[in-house]
Amino acid sequence: MNSLMWAAHDSHVIAKRNVIKIRRVPEVLMFVLISPIMFVLLFAYVFGNSIDIPGGSYREFLIGGIFAQTVIFGATFTGAGLADDMQKGIMDRFRALPMSRAAVLVGRTASDVIYNVLSLLIMALTGLLVGWRINEGLVSAALGFALLLAFAYAFSWVMAYVGLLVPSVEVINNASFVVIFPLTFVANTFVPAENLPGVLRTFAEWNPVSAVTQAARELFGNIPPGTPEPTAWPLENAVLYTIIWIFVIIAIFAPLSVNRYRKAR
Amino acid sequence: MSTIEATGLVKHYGEVKALDGLDLFVPEGTILGLLGPNGAGKTTAVNILTTLIRPTAGAATVAGADVVKSPGKVRKRIGLSGQFAAVDENLTGFENLDMIGRLYRLGRDSARVRARELLERFDLTEAGDRPVKTYSGGMRRRLDLAGAIVAEPPVLFLDEPTTGLDPRSRTEMWGVIRDLVGKGTTLLLTTQYLEEADQLADDIVVIDHGREIAHGTADELKAMIGGERIEVTVTTTDAVAQARDILATFSGGEVQVNERSRKLIAPMSGGSVEFRHVLRDLEAAGIAVYDVGMRRPTLDDVFLTLTGDVAESGLDSQEEKVGV
Repeated sequence: MNSLMWAAHDSHVIAKRNVIKIRRVPEVLMFVLISPIMFVLLFAYVFGNSIDIPGGSYREFLIGGIFAQTVIFGATFTGAGLADDMQKGIMDRFRALPMSRAAVLVGRTASDVIYNVLSLLIMALTGLLVGWRINEGLVSAALGFALLLAFAYAFSWVMAYVGLLVPSVEVINNASFVVIFPLTFVANTFVPAENLPGVLRTFAEWNPVSAVTQAARELFGNIPPGTPEPTAWPLENAVLYTIIWIFVIIAIFAPLSVNRYRKAR
Repeated sequence: MSTIEATGLVKHYGEVKALDGLDLFVPEGTILGLLGPNGAGKTTAVNILTTLIRPTAGAATVAGADVVKSPGKVRKRIGLSGQFAAVDENLTGFENLDMIGRLYRLGRDSARVRARELLERFDLTEAGDRPVKTYSGGMRRRLDLAGAIVAEPPVLFLDEPTTGLDPRSRTEMWGVIRDLVGKGTTLLLTTQYLEEADQLADDIVVIDHGREIAHGTADELKAMIGGERIEVTVTTTDAVAQARDILATFSGGEVQVNERSRKLIAPMSGGSVEFRHVLRDLEAAGIAVYDVGMRRPTLDDVFLTLTGDVAESGLDSQEEKVGV
């Protein structure tokens, strides 16, 4: 086998180990599944009736934003898992083994996709119950989900890097709020970007979270007729802009994280 | 050529000099005990030799491979069992060893066979299919050690393998380690306990503040610091000075006094006869004794003698007698 195949082999071994943990500690999974339900219901009923979207339903508009926010928050698991491994000393064991230097990170980011698949599934079901609909056909919707997952996967490399930098799991949970909250709020997730003032509007329009949200809305058919067309390039070309970001994030943060893993501490 | 060779290892963390020019040589098939208190630099040395960190200066080879230039080669030839049992507590004992075997690239079937074999050898067969969460401290350490030898590496590093274990588990662990080295493995073992180095190592390097302060066999070190110790605790503070004079007449070395705990410690070489004479003289002087005993030298004694300084673990850690 060549080194790339060995890297895949080692990553698979690590991913398998992480999946066993998901099974053995079902409490984690329970919260992963409950919090998306909570988000959908809270936003749908607390804000859903109080904000008007010209020509459409705010509730339908919201769901895409909630999907995006939740799967991006899912990246915290990646950082927390790595920080936990460092704290418990098992990372040193891996680092002293003759295994691929990328495997612990590739295996971790891969196995964490499971969390996001499950939470998307749960959110979609909850969404359907509260009146969200897929209006563009199943293929288009499947592409929407795939794009959300791919973006979340890329973002989990950002949190992987953060997870390797911080000293403990407690820190990663707080650190993720500091990074993820502004990113997911100064965006078109909960209000149209056009409604934001000045600098915030520009930030929101170029924010990749806005693009992935916009792309999801388009692919699910959640943009009601008569909604004003976005004027910023990233939102006009949301799918393309999201895909560019996915590659850019991975191209920057995967090597950065692997390098950090090599010389951790 | 030695299997482990390190010359002039230096590791600085900002202002802190964790290692300050350490040399180590471990010939093939022998055990080196690296002895020192907390913070002496033992773990730093192990981390450099196992490629976990890079030295600030100095060079080292393990089984012929340079730890800085070809860390990948080093990793193929070593096993490491760290200070904290580095096993995954959500996996079973079997799953842990199987995973490590796969990561050493033993192949699926060999990894499984090897995992079962090791569980049996380390007396974990029954617990093998339970999550490690349910294991005792001693069981975790045994599993961790098993993890280090999954691929039968020719060189093994054990960083404080018995710290925190109860005396029984410690004795068991010593048996397991002895057994390993009987098979020709080269071993570097760190410990805070002279007794442990004494039990296991062919050669001992004592380090403090990142530097070697003594080197020799266990017997040579003990000879250097002069035999056994007598410990006397008197009942009243007034009697301390008098007891000190009595001990000084018997002891070749300095009498250590702790006024607050009314405890005196002195090196002795005359065995039980001398011990009885000390008791006789204390009684004759009318000194009431709360506690008295003879014991073998501890790391603290080594440090006191070699550096004139109490080891960082402190005088009171002498309660932590090893080797029950």
